[in-house]
Amino acid sequence: MIVKVKEVRKSFLNEYVLDGVNLELNSGDRVAILGPNGAGKTTLIRAILGFYHIDSGEILVQGFNPIKSRVEVLKSVSFIPQMPPPIKLSLDELLNYIQKSSDISREQILQEANKMDLDINKNLKKQFLKLSGGMKQKLLIAIAIAKKSSLLIFDEPTANLDPKARESFYKLLEELDSSCTTLFITHRIDEIKELINRKIYMELGKVVEDEIL
Amino acid sequence: MKNLFLVAYLDIKESIRSKWFYVYTIVFGGLMALFFITGISDSVVMGFSGLSRMILIFMQVTIIILPIFILITTVKSITSDRESNILEYMLSFPISLKDYYWGKMLGRFVVVFMPVIFSLLLGVIFGLFHGGGLPWSMLLLYSALIFSISFVFLGISFFISTVVKSTDIALGISFMVWILLLAFIDIVLIGLMLQGQLNDSVIVTVAMLNPIEVFRIGAITLFDPELTVIGPVAYYLLDTLGSKFLIVYSIIYPIILGLIFATLGFVLFKRKDLL
Repeated sequence: MIVKVKEVRKSFLNEYVLDGVNLELNSGDRVAILGPNGAGKTTLIRAILGFYHIDSGEILVQGFNPIKSRVEVLKSVSFIPQMPPPIKLSLDELLNYIQKSSDISREQILQEANKMDLDINKNLKKQFLKLSGGMKQKLLIAIAIAKKSSLLIFDEPTANLDPKARESFYKLLEELDSSCTTLFITHRIDEIKELINRKIYMELGKVVEDEIL
Repeated sequence: MKNLFLVAYLDIKESIRSKWFYVYTIVFGGLMALFFITGISDSVVMGFSGLSRMILIFMQVTIIILPIFILITTVKSITSDRESNILEYMLSFPISLKDYYWGKMLGRFVVVFMPVIFSLLLGVIFGLFHGGGLPWSMLLLYSALIFSISFVFLGISFFISTVVKSTDIALGISFMVWILLLAFIDIVLIGLMLQGQLNDSVIVTVAMLNPIEVFRIGAITLFDPELTVIGPVAYYLLDTLGSKFLIVYSIIYPIILGLIFATLGFVLFKRKDLL
């Protein structure tokens, strides 16, 4: 089992954003998490990544607690945020940070980026925040895939991509190892329905539907 | 440790491209240049002239602007990293919170300390060209004082940044801390002293817990060992602590205080939600 979420509760300002969530993700699961705004999707992802301390319950990623063993957990997880953050580092510096902290070779990232027609070498000295929205997103996707994690978490990954780039992205996902678990937070279920084998629907901090496709 | 230095190195590289860093460097470098252009180093005040006079006035200005610069720039960059989800992305890689936090602090320390110390050295070099002796003891003490005042305000800034998550509130608190330590505590203490509501030793003790006051006293000690400029309190301080202890205290105490705040900040950083 890659991820185990057991009876997890998390509140902000005395209001439960996650209210007894139970979830198990196994190797090879391709999951879409759906739900309206405020359903708790992003909070759940952030709790899995160890950004939030949960009020009660248990989260384990590859058997590790994301708070107590964050380094071990994050070695096996790749995350792509919805909006590329305005990182002020140059691409060279950002890649340096990722290479050294995550033990990925720069070549691997360049290869994945090339598959989406992104030439990183041409922009190495440029600040990340000065790239176009699409280029930023492509780079984050390339980094996430090059990391070869057992769990990939995508928060609306194609929001900034044009149709052609989306196609390349979906193609990359098809090439992923079959044992890799992917988790999408999305509102565009139609676009990824070929890529998923499980659909989870959340509402008011609870999992209300968990369907194997 | 490898990741700690990596975070520090990247923070330095990122900071030296920031606009605030240019302003910060220009302010301190410009101040020094201004002192020479306006001929401050040639004037004589309380028997001080030349390089000593110039360093003295540099320290007086540093007391006022260094704390607020460190507080505002550090607090702003850390909280805005959180608000703009930079922190979320950077911490989604396998890097320990210890490496990230202390790496950021180390990088930021280099960035805030270096321009001030370089300005001081620039002044010394200019002064030497103008034909004056190098006041080694003054230079060493003032470098140590700048080190400790930078450290304590950096520690306070990191503490504020972990307690408060909104940039606006963090900036407001930073300003309050600055004005409180720079002026309000003194005003309140003078008021209490005049009214005779508190024992004098309590008032002096409270004043000596204020890192800005400690910096001020430390800076004065070297050129005025009798502390005549601060009035009768000088007798109490010198009789109780002695001038050597006063100098050591003015360097060590802010470092310890900064370390306490930074460590408290780290504990909260680990125990609270990161975002």
